[in-house]
Amino acid sequence: MSRRAADRLFLFSLRSAALAAALALVFVTFFVGYEALPALQEAGITAFLADASWHPVSGAFGLLPMVLGSLAVSLLALVLAAPLGLGAALFESFYAPPLLRGFFQRAVELLAGIPSVVYGLWGLVILVPLIAKHLAAPGTSILAAGLVLAIMILPTMALFSSAALAAIPAEQHRAATALGLSKWAALRTVLLPAAWRGIVTGLFLAFARALGETMAVLMVAGNVPQLPSSLLDPVRTLTANIALEMAYATGAHRHALFFSGFLVMAVTLLLVTLAGRSERQEGRT
Amino acid sequence: MTARTLTLLAILAAAAAAIFFFLSPSSEDGEKTRLTLTGSSTIAPLALEIAKRYEEQNGNVRIDVETGGSSRGMADARKGLADIGMVSRSLKADEADLTGHLLARDGVGIIVHASNPIEAITGAEVVSIYKREITSWETLGGPNAGIVLIHKAEGRSTLEVFLDHFKLDNPSIKPDVIVGDNEQGIKTVAANPHGIGYVSIGTAEVAIENGAAIKLVKLDGVEASTATVADGSFPMARELNLVTHGEISEKADAFLAFAQSAEVDDLIKGQSFVPPRR
Repeated sequence: MSRRAADRLFLFSLRSAALAAALALVFVTFFVGYEALPALQEAGITAFLADASWHPVSGAFGLLPMVLGSLAVSLLALVLAAPLGLGAALFESFYAPPLLRGFFQRAVELLAGIPSVVYGLWGLVILVPLIAKHLAAPGTSILAAGLVLAIMILPTMALFSSAALAAIPAEQHRAATALGLSKWAALRTVLLPAAWRGIVTGLFLAFARALGETMAVLMVAGNVPQLPSSLLDPVRTLTANIALEMAYATGAHRHALFFSGFLVMAVTLLLVTLAGRSERQEGRT
Repeated sequence: MTARTLTLLAILAAAAAAIFFFLSPSSEDGEKTRLTLTGSSTIAPLALEIAKRYEEQNGNVRIDVETGGSSRGMADARKGLADIGMVSRSLKADEADLTGHLLARDGVGIIVHASNPIEAITGAEVVSIYKREITSWETLGGPNAGIVLIHKAEGRSTLEVFLDHFKLDNPSIKPDVIVGDNEQGIKTVAANPHGIGYVSIGTAEVAIENGAAIKLVKLDGVEASTATVADGSFPMARELNLVTHGEISEKADAFLAFAQSAEVDDLIKGQSFVPPRR
């Protein structure tokens, strides 16, 4: 085979691989949309918003409690994980002694690698009984789900923040030091603003991960489809809803579940797009 | 967006659509004889397992299992749209035109935490608990603690058996925790000293053997065990039936005999149902 032909073959296989990846996304979107469509035709979009509760077997399709449930646990997780992740990244990048830095980095990466069901089990066996004992029974709640999710998205936050901090040109750091700025002042006025876009990208992706998480949340959130009135109330998320009911759902119930999957996918796509945008703008400045 | 990206997107969408429709079920090879089972989604997973084993032993038979509820199973069997219907309850007196073939029994037991002193409960008490009329274990002679209500998600067969047995209306129940499968129900009760829930008796027995911190309580004085479910004395249970209408083909008859033999006991237990006494 001539070198030219080998090149062509290589290019062809790369193109096919890229096409397969793109096709997978289009195919899944198409399939979920196709399965969700009958729900919109039968029940109508108003049913999903207006029905007071989620009792699909009795013909009530209110998805609003689950939309709010998903947002509530994900936002709580983000509020908890964002400062922690950013703090961890700052410590690792600017304060940690080199030996500790390597160890710390591995620890954060390991945290990202633990399967979600393990976090869920830990939450169910340790965290939920603690909340039940000290705050309010039964313990399965927004708080429990938010805490478990916060630990799960912490690595995303920390890794993206430290990557953004590492990408700042060393001259900026040196210039700040040469100006006689203290470490804290340099961080606040020079380095953090420079890394800001990268950190925001991490925020969006962490939020998307929290929204999409299923197993861990399913085990600790309580899964009662209701409008919560406090952090200690159980809620059901859109993803948990699918995992709980898909195996036995038929007819309109099944299509309604696909519709909730479609919602999660749309929001996740939006978040990933936003993350990509903030990354691109960073490249420009 | 340039014209080129638009074209690319259009090609991608077209390719996805083509694959999608290409993969949808098409007509099968005509040599094999086919048996169609339709009906209860509770029985369908078990029927699929049995069908798989039967197909392995009889290469020339192909069995299709479709869900759609017990009523569809009966309607299809009557109209001849299906060879066999799957019905997850005993046949009523006015359904005598159909022949029921008992496949398995499905028993649902009430479970509490292992540390709970309650050993027995009555149906009336369960109803009051799930209607939130009784909210403390103290009323039942237990500790002075609020009852944590653990309930199943919609569509689960244990939920159906539970609601049907106690004549409860699902939207009126306001639980503390909703769980999916039996395993999750057991883990949740084990993590809640004041919890109460209900799960398939077969699964609960295995979990207790493996040291789960739960116990099955007597319901209306009857021990909750696979033995009492098998002999039909446990009250919160139902029959899982295969039904046929009129004359049945030799093929269907052979499959029914297989499905009712001890050869499928392990599959029945695997789905946490109870094989009937043979």
